[in-house]
Amino acid sequence: MPSQEHGRPQRRDETPDEAPAPAAATPEATARKDALDDDIDSVLDEIDGVLEANAEEFVRGFVQKGGQ
Amino acid sequence: MTVRRVMGIETEYGISVPGDPTANPMLLSGSVVNAYGSLRGPRAGRASWDYEDEMPLRDARGFEIDRQHADASQLTDEEDPTLANIVLTNGARLYVDHAHPEYSSPEVTSPRAALRWDRAGERVMLESVRRLAAVPGTAGVNLYKNNTDGKGASYGTHENYLMPRATPFSEISRHLIPFFVARQVMCGAGRVGIGQDSSTSGFQVAQRSDFFEVEVGLETTLKRPIINTRDEPHAVADLYRRLHVIIGDANQCDVAGLLKMGTTSLVLAMIEDQALTVDLSVRKPVATLHAVSHDPSLQTLVELRDGRTMTAVQLLWAYYEQADVYLQTRHAGAIDADTAEVMSRWSSVLTRLERDPMECAREIDWVAKLTLLQGYRDRDGLEWSDHRLRAIDIQWSDVRPEKGLFHRLLQRGRIESLVEDEAVEAAMVNPPEDTRAYFRGRCLEKYPAEIAAASWDSVIFDVPGQTALQRVPMLEPLRGTREGVGDLIDRSPDASTLLQELAAAGR
Repeated sequence: MPSQEHGRPQRRDETPDEAPAPAAATPEATARKDALDDDIDSVLDEIDGVLEANAEEFVRGFVQKGGQ
Repeated sequence: MTVRRVMGIETEYGISVPGDPTANPMLLSGSVVNAYGSLRGPRAGRASWDYEDEMPLRDARGFEIDRQHADASQLTDEEDPTLANIVLTNGARLYVDHAHPEYSSPEVTSPRAALRWDRAGERVMLESVRRLAAVPGTAGVNLYKNNTDGKGASYGTHENYLMPRATPFSEISRHLIPFFVARQVMCGAGRVGIGQDSSTSGFQVAQRSDFFEVEVGLETTLKRPIINTRDEPHAVADLYRRLHVIIGDANQCDVAGLLKMGTTSLVLAMIEDQALTVDLSVRKPVATLHAVSHDPSLQTLVELRDGRTMTAVQLLWAYYEQADVYLQTRHAGAIDADTAEVMSRWSSVLTRLERDPMECAREIDWVAKLTLLQGYRDRDGLEWSDHRLRAIDIQWSDVRPEKGLFHRLLQRGRIESLVEDEAVEAAMVNPPEDTRAYFRGRCLEKYPAEIAAASWDSVIFDVPGQTALQRVPMLEPLRGTREGVGDLIDRSPDASTLLQELAAAGR
């Protein structure tokens, strides 16, 4: 097995001051992720209500011609 | 160096009639286009397309293929009167491309504006769906912002980037192929089914990847190439090329869409400035493209020509690092806000994709889709071959907010949005102000009865009292802006006055 050299160059830690740092792993982001996980059951309930009733027929009926 | 340049997005939509898979998609697509055209009033936005400067058979490598050797689907410049084709007041083109309705956004100058006018296209399609649903005695038409039916057919979402003609095409190919092999992990739309016809069950990162079969080529409908060589600049050919990128998926997540346009524009800028110093050429790019798409864990190793191996995320880090160094050394302290936003989002997304891709469920289409699918698998114990999972994949992209599953997640606050609804709504009728789309759109809005045809690089006027049509060429994409012609249009009550003023101004 050849050794796997990971070719990633040195990454910089600092970001420009004027650039916002969106969605880093802050406590807020972690809390939000937990809230999303708790929410998944109610999401599935909601999606159940809008999903095409006959999935098999719906999938079979979705036939496209090729495009670009 | 900046993410800003003239760019645009073309999106072909999936189309179907509920309960009637045999409905003629060409006629249906025509009805979608005409439904929107008739909404806009009797003549507004009805100008037809001017094909004079279309050259779909010209190849960026420097030759032109013979028309009689071209596949019929490559002949996109011959007008078929049964196919609808209109220009909108926002500067976009709405038409039938093969068997799909397509919205081609107006030319814009930033990734954010590209998102905004592409989202406006989704709303245009929604308006047509509503209109057709209201026709008594018909089943209506549903539209999907996706790129495959999972049964072997694919249809495109293309990006366009204006570049200087002086940049050698071979350099573009060399540096973009590895980037496109890897880019899908940031901006793939996710797909249930592996292989063009989904013959293997499973989930993959991108809708389009399995449909790409060669590295470089002119075709767009068969033997699709990672790098498309169509050389149809719609601008001064000696000065510009329009890079026609056919490999991307249709995005609904704004952050993924921003990264798709923004990072590609940055890589192009580095190619133009000869600033890419590391050779990242990959071995077997087509097979690697497929392998990366087929592994949502993102652990698949990409083999470089120089023998190194790295994941797709690490390959993207290599591009990011070169962009970062370049920006710091050449533009320290003077990075525009659009570029700073893309760089910041880029590093944030790569960091999390490397740690755990599922952390990007608010920003990246394939991760958001996989999160929902995995929820169903966990709750109901579904196999990847289950019809419900395939149905979710399709219904994910329904343009109707009440039916489209992406839209349901967006409404629940589970997706990060970058463009306000009001801005999208305004972009349905208003053109961007900083490209020639402004002139095209404003003329269509103000003088609809006096415009015979329009195209990306011309507006043709049919002025009362004049025997000949008058063609205003617009071969400079950054002329015809609000700054340049806004006052002139404002003070010209009719097209005749406008043309006289233009002639007097020597434009």
